[in-house]
Amino acid sequence: MPAITFIHPDGKSDRVETSGGESAMQAATRHGLDGILAECGGNAMCATCHVYVDESWLARLPAVADDEDALLDGTAAERLPNSRLSCQINITPELDGLVLRLPDRQV
Amino acid sequence: MSAPGSAASGVPHLDVDPFDVTFFADPYPTHELLREAGPVVYLDKWKVYGVARYAEVHAVLNDPATFCSSRGVGLSDFKKETPWRPPSLILEADPPAHTRTRAVLSKVLSPTVMKQVRERFAAAAEERVDALIDKRSFDAITDLAEAYPLSIFPDALGLKPEGREHLIPYASVVFNAFGPPNQLRQEAIERSMPHQAYVAEQCQRENLAPGGFGACIHAQVDEGAITATEAPLLVRSLLSAGLDTTVNGIGAALYCLARFPDQWQRLRNDLSLARGAFEEAVRFESPVQTFFRTTTREVELSGTRIGEGEKVLMFLAAANRDPRRWDSPDSYDITRRTSGHVGFGSGIHMCVGQLVARLEGEVMLTALARRIAKIEITGEPKRRFNNTLRGLDSLPVTITPA
Repeated sequence: MPAITFIHPDGKSDRVETSGGESAMQAATRHGLDGILAECGGNAMCATCHVYVDESWLARLPAVADDEDALLDGTAAERLPNSRLSCQINITPELDGLVLRLPDRQV
Repeated sequence: MSAPGSAASGVPHLDVDPFDVTFFADPYPTHELLREAGPVVYLDKWKVYGVARYAEVHAVLNDPATFCSSRGVGLSDFKKETPWRPPSLILEADPPAHTRTRAVLSKVLSPTVMKQVRERFAAAAEERVDALIDKRSFDAITDLAEAYPLSIFPDALGLKPEGREHLIPYASVVFNAFGPPNQLRQEAIERSMPHQAYVAEQCQRENLAPGGFGACIHAQVDEGAITATEAPLLVRSLLSAGLDTTVNGIGAALYCLARFPDQWQRLRNDLSLARGAFEEAVRFESPVQTFFRTTTREVELSGTRIGEGEKVLMFLAAANRDPRRWDSPDSYDITRRTSGHVGFGSGIHMCVGQLVARLEGEVMLTALARRIAKIEITGEPKRRFNNTLRGLDSLPVTITPA
């Protein structure tokens, strides 16, 4: 199964094994990772699973949909060009090794 | 195929009425019975299927093509009975119609909008706490859980000052009406005319102050997103579901924090837990207890075959305490990872006002915990009975300032 890495604001990192078909958010919450709140449970409604995608991976992710784009305008931490909602990143085998940086706050 | 209302063999039949006041007084033993009887049960009293385990509730919520909302999310089947009011364009709608109206309300109540109102909501919470500290002893429901949302939400919507006393009674009718034709529902609807008249009038564009949520919905007409006849009905959704729900959510949080002083202390020691304390109260008490769906086709759910046109009752509150999903489900723990609870629903119909509710809960609990050392319950809490909502009518408390 593909594994992904979350880097905390303090530089500490967590490597998380994903299971088939889950989103980066689901993998993070299943492992009890701090820094991903996911208040709406993955329904693309709350903008509390915000991540910054490592630049080298950005082009390999599917495009941002309109609803995700609107939600990203409301994230607690600053929206950057590499901002995504981790509930909208489904982990496929091609994303094995994906690196996501966590913002300093989600609300 | 079985005739609607006749149950498939094999499914456990239960003789319980989840809309009876004796059930409302203490639903937990029955919730357990419902969960343990099987993944799908049949309730003979109202001739409906029921799901009370987390997995099945979540599955039904997330399959809107099979378990639809357009035939009503209460017991009444809109295909067979005339709804008591014109159906909601969002709650009682399916895609693709739902997709369009949902997008409008999502935009009006988005995280970006919440950032804009946060300061105002927080200031009002501080003012409320000032008043309560002067009082020392008060009713945590009327003086706090109701008074706080009433001090901000109608203004945020842009409602006129006159007639606001209809808001909570109107919401009470709406949530009673999802239930079966019992006394609660019948009496609520019989008395609803003045409340309905107020709401219909208040939803009109000229009666909504510029800049409010209501005016923002009407502005979507100019954008071509909705029609001029749809806009008032979408405003109605906020009047129906935006106030009484948060009253019961905040009431639930206060009732929890007053009953569990160790959790109150944890919150006082770390105010950043306020949002989690509110969210956990929504899981623990589940202010919205149930919703129905209607099957659009014959379907097999966890081994039970359900025919087309059957009502399925989802016990959100039971799912939120299902031990298959939650560790120590019956304990209120403000540090719990609550993500995935179904207190706000799940899927395409998940509460569109969830961000408003969380904001109100967070700023209110923060203001309280910062300035109050102790909350003591000083009298018997009184329950308010409603076919869908769970909450208190009265919670006498005395506070000790920090």
